Order: sequence, then C-alpha cells, then structure tokens
Amino acid sequence: MMKYWNVLSIGIQNTLVYRVNFLVRACFGLIPLSATLFLWDTIYSAKEPGGNVAGYLLSQMVSYYLIVTIVDSLTAVTEDDWQIAADIKDGNISQFLIKPIDYMSYRLSLFFSGRLVYTIAALAPIMLFIYLNRAHFVLPPDLFTWALFLLSTLMAGLLQFFISYTMALLAFWVTEVSTFIFILFAFEHIAGGHLFPLDILPEPVVVALKFSPFPYELFFPVSIYLGRATGAELVLGFAMQAAWVGISYLLARLVWRRGIMRYTASGG
Amino acid sequence: MPPSSNTGFEPPRTRNRLAGSFVRYSRIYVALWKNSIIREMGFKTNFVLWILVEMIWFALQLGFIHVLYMQTDHIGSWSKWEVVLLMGVSHFIQQLFTAFFLNNCTQISEHVRTGRLDFILLLPASTRFLLSLRQVDLGGFVNAASALLVMAYAGQHLQLHPTLAQTVTFLLLCAVGVMIHYSLMFMMASISFWTVRAQGVIWGYYNLFNIARLPDEVFHGAYRAVFTFVLPMLLVSNVPARVVANKMATPGAVLLLVFMCAACFCISQFVWRLSLRRYTSASS
Repeated sequence: MMKYWNVLSIGIQNTLVYRVNFLVRACFGLIPLSATLFLWDTIYSAKEPGGNVAGYLLSQMVSYYLIVTIVDSLTAVTEDDWQIAADIKDGNISQFLIKPIDYMSYRLSLFFSGRLVYTIAALAPIMLFIYLNRAHFVLPPDLFTWALFLLSTLMAGLLQFFISYTMALLAFWVTEVSTFIFILFAFEHIAGGHLFPLDILPEPVVVALKFSPFPYELFFPVSIYLGRATGAELVLGFAMQAAWVGISYLLARLVWRRGIMRYTASGG
Repeated sequence: MPPSSNTGFEPPRTRNRLAGSFVRYSRIYVALWKNSIIREMGFKTNFVLWILVEMIWFALQLGFIHVLYMQTDHIGSWSKWEVVLLMGVSHFIQQLFTAFFLNNCTQISEHVRTGRLDFILLLPASTRFLLSLRQVDLGGFVNAASALLVMAYAGQHLQLHPTLAQTVTFLLLCAVGVMIHYSLMFMMASISFWTVRAQGVIWGYYNLFNIARLPDEVFHGAYRAVFTFVLPMLLVSNVPARVVANKMATPGAVLLLVFMCAACFCISQFVWRLSLRRYTSASS
C-alpha cells in the first residue's frame, strides 16, 4: 500500500508543474458556464416570478450548474486516458509488467493526485464565480446530506476512472483510440447531466437513463446535494452507483487481462 | 501567365507582380491540397470515425436545444427553429475553419518547441501562409455540408426563402466569420513563442466556440460587451443567421462584424511579427 502513497506524492509533485495550465483551464471553463446561466436566466425571466422548470426554481437551476462544476473538477478524467493509451502504444507498460506494482492501482493513484492538484488550482476562480452568483446559490439541507454527497462524489470519480481506463485499454487492439474516447465523452456529457439536469427530460427517458452508468458519473451526487434524491430513490441510487462501480472495475480487470495477452511491447 | 513571375529577372510592374505572386501562391496551395488528400486517404477508417465524432457532438448540441425548448417557446425573440438555424450557421463556420486552419494553428506550438520552424522559415514563401495553410482537413467539409443540411431543414420550418442578395451576403459573412476564428486562433498560437505550453490556451478557444452558437440576446452587460467588441464571438454566427432569418433590424451589426474581422486580422499580424522576433531555434 505504501508504494501507492509514494506514487500519489510523486504524482502531486509532477502535476504541480501544470498548476498555471489548470488555472487557465478553470478560468476558460467559466465562459461557457456563464453562457449556460445566461441562457437559463432568459428562459426563467419569460416565466412568472417564482416559476419553475420541471420543479427547479431559478436558484436551484443555477446551483445545479455550479455544483456540476465542482463535482466535475473533483472527478473528471482529463489526461489519464490519453496517457494510458500512449503508454500501451509506446510500449511503456513493459516496465510495469516486470515490477511488483499493479498498473491500475498506479494509474488510480496518479488520477487522484491529478484531481487534487486541479481542484486546488481551480478553487479560487470557482469560489469567486460562486460568490458572484451567491444570490442563487443553495447549500445542502444538513450535514448528513453533505456526507452522502461526498461519498457519492468519490464513487462517481471511481466510476469515471474505471470506464475511461477500460476505454483507454482499447489501445491494445487499435492504434488510434482518440475517436472512441471522444464518442464516449459525448455520451457522458449529455447522459451524465453536464448539459442540463437529467430530470427535466420526459419520465420514461429518465427511468431508462437511471439503468445506465452515466447519471452516476455526475448527476447523482449533484441531485443528492440539491436534496432532490431522498428516501427510496436515494437508497436505490446508491445501490445502482455501487453496482456500476463494481461492474466497471471487473470489466477493467477483464479487459486488461485480455489485452495483455495481445501486448507486443512495440518500441519498448 | 507572364514569364516574369517565374524568373523575376526583369522588374515587372506592380500589377504584374501581384498577379504573379497570386499565381505562385495558388500553385503552392494546390500542391498542399494534394498532399493533404494523399495523407488523409492513408487513414480511411480514422477519417470516417472523426466525421462520426463531429456529427455526434453536433447532434448533442441540437439535442440540448430541443430539451430547452421543451420548457419554453422563446428564448428572447428567438424561436426554436431560429436557434436551430443559428446552431447550423455556427457549426458551418466552425467546420470550415477546422477544414482550412485548425490543425495548422494547433501545430504551431509544436513547430516552435521542436525547432522545426527553422525549415519553414527558410522556405521561399511567406511563413505565415505556409504555417496557416499547410494541411487541409477534408472531414471539415463533410461536416460543413451536414451543417448546411440542418440550416436548410430549419429554414423550411421557418418558411424562409432567402433572396440571392441575402444568400450572397450570408456566404460572405460566413467567410468573414472563418477569418475571425482564424485570426484569433493564430494570435493565440503565437503565444507559444513566449511559453511553450500553449496547448491550454488553444484548448480554451473551444470554449469560445460554445458561445458563438447561442442567441446574442441572452447575454448582458460586460460579458456581452467583451464577446462583441473584444472577442466578437456573439457576432460571428448571429449576424449571418439574422441576415437569412430576416431578423436584422439595422445593417450596423454587419458593418461591425466586417470591421472586427479586419481589426482581428491586423492585430494578429502585429502579434505574429512581434512573436517571431522572440524565436530562438530549439535543438540543433
């Protein structure tokens, strides 16, 4: 276990080099975020005061996007999948095969260190942005909700990592995985709740989506925070999230085992 | 073609020289096109997959608009099909920009980092020309065509029958929009002469595309001012869309768009000159 702590700390030191990049990235990210908020503001202003969209008041809608931004900076896989695919393509994973280290745990440690540094770098611009929108920002109802939110966010991070990891392992079979990564990203973007809260969709679509892994990558923790997932829905949501984390973990292990048999260590 | 354009021995009149260099650069460009086609055809599956990726993302943006309009009839004065038209225009401009310029702009920082820029500087042609137009991304044209289809479909719903003058103005304004994206992107890429890690800046430009496809009326205050008069994202696709959708109250916005294009190009040329002075070859 100790060795992965070392990987984590090395990862933090390495990604600290990119802190300015992360800061720039976070600031640029606020541009489309504000655009979306402007868009919703215009839609709400055409309704009577106190009007709602599928049960969302304006403040809840604004908070939704702000929390999405926070959860996203904590859990999004950005560089990891490209690096894993490159490691396979360039034959860099050979060294991991002969060392007493598990590649997936190694990558997971690096993922955590990357997210940690990114979140710290992005903290200032995001907090400033939330402060500017404080009139519309709501907090979770109680401490218990906070705890559930954090637990669910952690699981969302694991789920995102395992799915992206599996996708990157396609590099064992095809030389160019970026198109597949972008296609997956598109589905995560819309079905995960990046673009809009999923529960404004028609009921049957929402029900169908809840069987897919995508809502548990982002939407579920955010709806816990907003107090929209309660009671049986909350329990069921956690069960589904845990199930998807388990399934994606097993899938990642399986694909790795299959892939490693095809591995030819080109260039390594 | 005047022989002087090839030999350059006899001092030709200015007009001839202009025509001559136009012919010369056209020939270079044709050769660059040939190279690009050959390169693209080497990776056919990849070529098709990238088109698929772009189409999925475009469909996703249209899906977002569909979901928004399930909650409302109008966003400002824009109806659903008007926004779909706007999205089509924005995608059209963005994809043409991708076809001609995007890859070339993103590669500039790589040329600087590796010192490969040396070889381009040594070639007997304008360096900016070569850097900007080296590769053509053919998939961009396919995606631009899909954007045209979406525009036509939205136009049918809106019962638009654009006149010839409208169509010509529209196409010219689209070209102006492509030039604005190009000038801004080229300027940002020039920053790589100062800091080698300019990738983040280029990535950031994608966020600007996201605003270009939204109705201008949504935005207020400083945000709207910045993205109209500094980075004219709110003009690039809104103005041509308004021209074809008969939503243009005064021609002022058209003039502003053209003026901003000229300004962006001049500033990008200035920044480029300034940046080039900082170039100290890498490696070697």
